[in-house]
Amino acid sequence: MIRYFLCFLMLISLSAFMLIANENQSTTGNSSRQDEQEIAENHSIAEKEKFEPGVFIFDHIGNAHEWHIMTIGHSHVSIPLPVILYSKTKGFSLFMSGRFKHGHASYKGYKLELTGQNKGKIVDEAGNLPLDLSITKNVAALIFGIFLILWIFLTVAKAYKRNPLKPPSGLQSFIEPIIIFLRDEIARPSIGEKKYEKFMPYLLTVFFFIWINNMLGLIPIPPAGANLTGNISVTMVLALCTFVITSISGNHNYWKHIVNTPGVPVWLKIPIPLMPLVETIGVLTKPFVLMVRLFANITAGHIIVVGFLSLIYIFAEMSTGLAYGVSIISISFNIFMTFLELLVAFIQAFVFTFLSALYFGMATEEHH
Amino acid sequence: MLSIILQAAAGAGLAKLGGALGAALAAVGAGLGIGRIGGSAMEAIARQPEAAGDIRANMIVAAALIEGVALFAVIICLLAVVM
Repeated sequence: MIRYFLCFLMLISLSAFMLIANENQSTTGNSSRQDEQEIAENHSIAEKEKFEPGVFIFDHIGNAHEWHIMTIGHSHVSIPLPVILYSKTKGFSLFMSGRFKHGHASYKGYKLELTGQNKGKIVDEAGNLPLDLSITKNVAALIFGIFLILWIFLTVAKAYKRNPLKPPSGLQSFIEPIIIFLRDEIARPSIGEKKYEKFMPYLLTVFFFIWINNMLGLIPIPPAGANLTGNISVTMVLALCTFVITSISGNHNYWKHIVNTPGVPVWLKIPIPLMPLVETIGVLTKPFVLMVRLFANITAGHIIVVGFLSLIYIFAEMSTGLAYGVSIISISFNIFMTFLELLVAFIQAFVFTFLSALYFGMATEEHH
Repeated sequence: MLSIILQAAAGAGLAKLGGALGAALAAVGAGLGIGRIGGSAMEAIARQPEAAGDIRANMIVAAALIEGVALFAVIICLLAVVM
């Protein structure tokens, strides 16, 4: 059980580190809408603010320094989150993102950019980006997911430890078939009878991490409802973990197939190493495609759901009755899409785990 | 006639046109590919109903792989439109 725990801890600490260290590249703000609303307020009252579906959608699938729940009229209901910054001139700063007042106030020399290249990111007076280690919406969702997963699995593990010979009951009877399914359908066929046990902790961790976070992203109530697995930093860390484990557990046979593929004529390797180049590209694209597949599937699902919802707002601008009519169609389609997204959540976790197991199997294959 | 179309395209943004067309093509490709997989899966199940579970699992894996590539193309098109 310690093995499971340690693997999981490695996974989440790596992902937390990369997520927060990558914040400067992956944060989008919820700020442009407020900016527009502020401008609308400043203009004459006759001018009504236009609904921008593109901004609406990207705010919902992106990351932010506060957890936005709803907007009533012109006021925002959102949960502020801690901002942790490090800059060479000012050292560490720790404060709540409410100080930024949605980008209209600066605090301790930092402010939230609303427009331009650094939109949504925190900059200091000179316009430089400090090292941003904040707890953003995705990090908060990640921490909640971690606690949920730890709670579920530690409960199940304790139940087994207390009485290992008792038939499973309660939560165990839900988790055990899934673990057995992963072991018998994914790990054993792909990796082989002798070596599959070493990789089981990682495969189980990654499967449940992806599945549970995918499903949490579909529930609109905070602290669930953040697009965590649709953040490319998170999927990059997961793919990187698979890549690292594949490379470390690669045996002599595996590396020989990459550098000096048997059965290939010598002229493809010696003057210009074409075959090693092709094989290396193969080694690098496999985790890359894992990353993009998960990211694209989950983000596309969220964009479709939010897109159909924004259809209602677009029609509301033309006439209210039309909006009511469209809302029936839009919401029923959204219900259907959400069921499909539940299926996609499971399938993407399954495919990620299956392909990881396949790569581990290929890395540890004996010569035949 | 062509010059009118090109002018309209340049005005509206060639990137958006390219992005939308690319995403549509990706959808066509994915539809064809997954349709073929579904069709052969149906035939295989019709020939041997006891293997339905195995065939279903393999069909879903293959469909997910193809969908991955199609969504890859969709993300590139989204990047083309947005940037």
